[in-house]
Amino acid sequence: MKHVVVIGGGVAGMEASAKLSEMGVAVSIVEKADKLGGKLNRWDRLFPNSRPASDLLAKLQSGMGKDIRKYVNAEVSSVRQSLKQFDIALSNGEDFKADAILISTGFDVFDAHRKEEYGYGIYDNVITSADLEKTFRKGETLKTASGKKPQRVGIIHCVGSRDEKAGNNYCSKVCCITAVKQAIEIKEQNPEAEVFCFYMDLRMYDRHFETIYKEAQVKHGIQFIRGRLSEAFENADGSVMLKAEDTLLGKPLKINVDMVVLMAGMVPSSGNRVKEQLNLTVAEDGFFNVADAHYESSGTNVPGVFVAGACTGPKTMENTINEARSAALAIKEYLR
Amino acid sequence: MNNFGYTITRDRQIDFDKLPRDIYRELCQKEPSVKACISCGTCGATCSAAQFTDFSLRKYILLLRRGDHKEVAQNIDKCMFCGKCQLACPMGVNTRNVIHSIQQIITSNLITLNENAGI
Repeated sequence: MKHVVVIGGGVAGMEASAKLSEMGVAVSIVEKADKLGGKLNRWDRLFPNSRPASDLLAKLQSGMGKDIRKYVNAEVSSVRQSLKQFDIALSNGEDFKADAILISTGFDVFDAHRKEEYGYGIYDNVITSADLEKTFRKGETLKTASGKKPQRVGIIHCVGSRDEKAGNNYCSKVCCITAVKQAIEIKEQNPEAEVFCFYMDLRMYDRHFETIYKEAQVKHGIQFIRGRLSEAFENADGSVMLKAEDTLLGKPLKINVDMVVLMAGMVPSSGNRVKEQLNLTVAEDGFFNVADAHYESSGTNVPGVFVAGACTGPKTMENTINEARSAALAIKEYLR
Repeated sequence: MNNFGYTITRDRQIDFDKLPRDIYRELCQKEPSVKACISCGTCGATCSAAQFTDFSLRKYILLLRRGDHKEVAQNIDKCMFCGKCQLACPMGVNTRNVIHSIQQIITSNLITLNENAGI
């Protein structure tokens, strides 16, 4: 029986493992955290339909039968190619041979501390989209540092994305729709609150996104201001003053908000250390190169090594799952 | 008194804490479709008045959203109600009624507006 090692037990890794296993391939999945599911564990509700993240996770878990060997709290410590096989050693002392490798190491959330001018970690009422999602997941109401319901919230798009200075010139693709989703959720919790989204471009590219955006404007009265946040200052009462240009009016703009939510983008995963040992190439954005951008998005520059999910760039969960299945097929073909 | 040629420049900044946004709220009640405006500018490109004046419905809606009504009050009467903008609007905003409603609100609030704007 052919053996595939899947590195990364998030959405892509789980779905690919399930499909490979269904096709009669022996699968071992390696996850550095203490459980499978990756970033999906951190979501409360998912766009575009507000479905609970736990629901999708349960679906993915149902595919993780006992035939699949699961290694959590484990990382790949070394990997070496010998002829058509790979020798893989894990940090927990396990080692095995694999006929193919799937890399599904995903992404890291951009560290918002790096945009010091936005005050994350410095001002009390500046949080990230990931922090807000955590609040929602715990079933809690959004509160300021002093425990009050925020009456005004500013949402900042493109934090660490499309930002040459931060070293990320690319768009993280999911933050615009996440901003709109979270803005609506803030309004649902507190209809009296005013929510302002500061954006450079609104990228509502996928199915249903435009509808959600319109709902945000028409039903919830969320205001969209085209202009990138240039500075944030903390007031004595803990509220934050934001300065941007309203670029559609060509005027500078100033607003005091009770809370700021930074839409932190996606960066290449720090778990990508296998790339040196396998001589895999990455593009200038730091994400893995694929064999053929149009026709072979699961392949890499090394035969037998495949990729799926956000390790080849920011993408939605839907695309990640599709890629995982596509990679499973490509691996199955390769092993024939 | 000597005139040294100095003038005081007014602050151009949009200050959300100072500007009143009740006019936009009233407009949303009179013509709710205005909430769907995405500032694309299609209305302005087809506008008959915009060819000869600086009339821009996109800009006036935005200014009202920000609470800055002075420029709107000065210019809103330049519309000729030809209705081309309404045909062109991709979001189905009832632009003619938006403009008509702005005119009504501005007329009925003129004194308060002028006081707020320091006129």
